Amino acid sequence: MDAAAPLLEVEDLEVEFRTRHGTARVLDGVALSLQPGRTLGIVGESGCGKSMTALSIMRLVPVPPGRIGAGAVRLKGEDLLQASEKRMREVRGKDISMIFQEPMTSLNPVYSIGDQIAETVRLHEGLSRRDSLDRAIEMLKAVHIPAAERRVREFPHQMSGGMRQRVMIAMALACRPSVLIADEPTTALDVTVQAQVFDLLKELQEKTGTAIILISHDMGAIAEMADRVMVMYAGRIVEEAATDEILESPRHPYTRGLISCVPHMEDEPPPERAALTEIPGVVPALTDLGAGCSFAPRCAHTTDLCRRAAPQPFAVGENHRTACWLYDEAGAA
Amino acid sequence: MTASGNSDYLLEVQDLKVHFRLPRRNMLTPGGTVHAVDGISYRVRRGSTFGIVGESGSGKTTAALAAMRLVPVTDGSISLDGVEMTTLTGDALREMRRKIQIVFQDPYSSLNPRMRAGAIVREPMDLMEVGEPVERDGRVAELFRRVGLRPEQEALFPHQFSGGQRQRIGVARALATQPELIVCDEPVSALDVAIQAQILNLLRELQNGFGLTYLFISHDLGVVQHICDDIAVMYLGEIVEQSDRVSLFTLPLHPYTWALISAVPSARRRERGKDGRVRLQGDPPNPIDPPPGCRFAPRCPFAVDRCHRDKPALREVREGHLVSCHLVGDDCVPPHAAAASVS
Ligand SMILES: Nc1ncnc2c1ncn2[C@@H]1O[C@H](COP(=O)(O)OP(=O)(O)OP(=O)(O)O)[C@@H](O)[C@H]1O
Ligand SMILES: Nc1ncnc2c1ncn2[C@@H]1O[C@H](COP(=O)(O)OP(=O)(O)O)[C@@H](O)[C@H]1O
Ligand code: SF4
Ligand code: SF4
Ligand SMILES: [Mg+2]
Ligand SMILES: [Mg+2]
Repeated sequence: MDAAAPLLEVEDLEVEFRTRHGTARVLDGVALSLQPGRTLGIVGESGCGKSMTALSIMRLVPVPPGRIGAGAVRLKGEDLLQASEKRMREVRGKDISMIFQEPMTSLNPVYSIGDQIAETVRLHEGLSRRDSLDRAIEMLKAVHIPAAERRVREFPHQMSGGMRQRVMIAMALACRPSVLIADEPTTALDVTVQAQVFDLLKELQEKTGTAIILISHDMGAIAEMADRVMVMYAGRIVEEAATDEILESPRHPYTRGLISCVPHMEDEPPPERAALTEIPGVVPALTDLGAGCSFAPRCAHTTDLCRRAAPQPFAVGENHRTACWLYDEAGAA
Repeated sequence: MTASGNSDYLLEVQDLKVHFRLPRRNMLTPGGTVHAVDGISYRVRRGSTFGIVGESGSGKTTAALAAMRLVPVTDGSISLDGVEMTTLTGDALREMRRKIQIVFQDPYSSLNPRMRAGAIVREPMDLMEVGEPVERDGRVAELFRRVGLRPEQEALFPHQFSGGQRQRIGVARALATQPELIVCDEPVSALDVAIQAQILNLLRELQNGFGLTYLFISHDLGVVQHICDDIAVMYLGEIVEQSDRVSLFTLPLHPYTWALISAVPSARRRERGKDGRVRLQGDPPNPIDPPPGCRFAPRCPFAVDRCHRDKPALREVREGHLVSCHLVGDDCVPPHAAAASVS
């Protein structure tokens, strides 16, 4: 199905951070591949490396204390990790753009939203002031902001959280990027507004063919939006498959835990409720990951092998891989 | 009701209003009144969990704070254990306050960073003079054990705990005065999903162990369905629907409830695509000078002329199931179901 050449390919990414407590291995062997018009979901608890994956693609990892140790980020074949800083400034906002969890932190409070969108367009496409403002209005209309001609002159603080997030989307899409990275774009919003934002992203994707990387800790959001899902734990990809496949037959104990620990809203809830399945413990500190599987301290199936050696990804179905010793055909499991 | 402790209901709220007056900021913006809570009534059964859901700004927190007398009550009555709270003062108010404690949303900012965890849990006992001072240390240790912390962790400071552990400290502190009612204001929203499950299970276990009653505020319908026995849906300071959990989710009657439920993301929603769902337009509105008629009318896909004119009353249409919508008839067919069967 995914036979076309990938738009974006990440290979074997390694990112480390120097911290007071030692070196943190923040990303370890992260790889992904994204087709035009598709949505890839990245899910996992906080601190598992979701945002760091996004920042690495944009080459926005703070160096130092961070360091991209190895890997490649290929956009239409060009390795962005080798590109000049000047080239990266072109890429950001034009080829790949990003929307963040808290729109207020990425909008400039002293400029009108119209000026901010227009600025991006002028920078990347060299449009005149007039034309770039027209594009800003057009974009505000595309994200369904009412009275766009008037609102284009408003400032971020004059808008609600949902509106600001739509402005962020307008700005991110103003130069028609081929990849949009949305890092928890709706976490701070009401479900009703989240539903509007998701509809909007889907609508714009249908029109423009933009590929989306959606980062979320909410399996429901991923289930609604993504074609493929990558589950991250402690800086590694522990499972990856088509969304339906992950939801119907999750293999990795962490993925299973993530799905079953969330109280699932039923159309007709039964009168009796069982306790939720817990994943015990917490995400480990990335500074003292041992040689074994990082999930071992929280896993119900841990063996000596798990504590000794980190599992490599094993194929468990069509286009479905998981890094867990339970699925090593050749192994003792 | 004068006798305390013998009603089925621990908390009874009648026609509660909390209005905030806003000062005039300048010549152009008139001062206004925020109708944060605007005439709500509900009763919480002993030992049960009563949920309040609604969008941001709908008045959930204010409704709960009013029940604790932590915001000024504009009008209405609040009775806890048969005692009218709105007129209490001094020692009597302090004694009643001991019976209601709160667990906050944000386990990061709600704990004093300079106090050790043990002292944080002990403080309300000292303030409210609960038990003999010599017994309090033993009780702190017992509370630590009950919420899944180790007694030696009493000596640590909040920043030395994870988010989930901090919320456990918050729960232990709320339990310290042996309250009957615990207000949980979004107690898991700031936590990672895996940790949410741990805290939700803990809350249910403690409820069974201590016979606690919870007033539980959340915007997460999955959590609400899991944890609450009865649920009120708030919109712009009013309760628009109220019922037991099974009836509310099986037969949501108010278009707003149904919009909330249908906004929850899921795989099924993706399969259905754009059909089979109606989504709310616009943002959650502002409770300053709410519209006349039905407050939901400006966003309601089914609004008719009458909705903009007349205010629908909250009325019981099935046993224990209350709704305020002109278009829900006695047959209990809500407008969204009627619309679906036509198309
Ligand atoms: N002290 C205050 N002065 C003025 N307005 C207030 C005050 N406290 C709350 N409000 C307003 O009352 C309304 C209800 O607020 P409340 O905090 O109860 O909402 P909520 O339902 O808990 O929302 P959230 O989901 O965001 O926590 C809001 O419009 C809020 O801005
Ligand atoms: N500036 C930094 N210095 C040290 N560690 C960092 C820095 N930024 C992020 N990290 C660490 O990188 C890891 C992954 O972070 P992140 O990608 O933000 O996680 P997620 O988005 O999945 O919540 C975390 O352990 C985090 O603490
Ligand atoms: S490799 Fe072992 S410890 Fe890791 S998830 Fe699989 S069974 Fe659990
Ligand atoms: S009364 Fe009218 S506007 Fe209000 S919820 Fe019912 S149909 Fe909608
Ligand atoms: Mg992040
Ligand atoms: Mg609140």
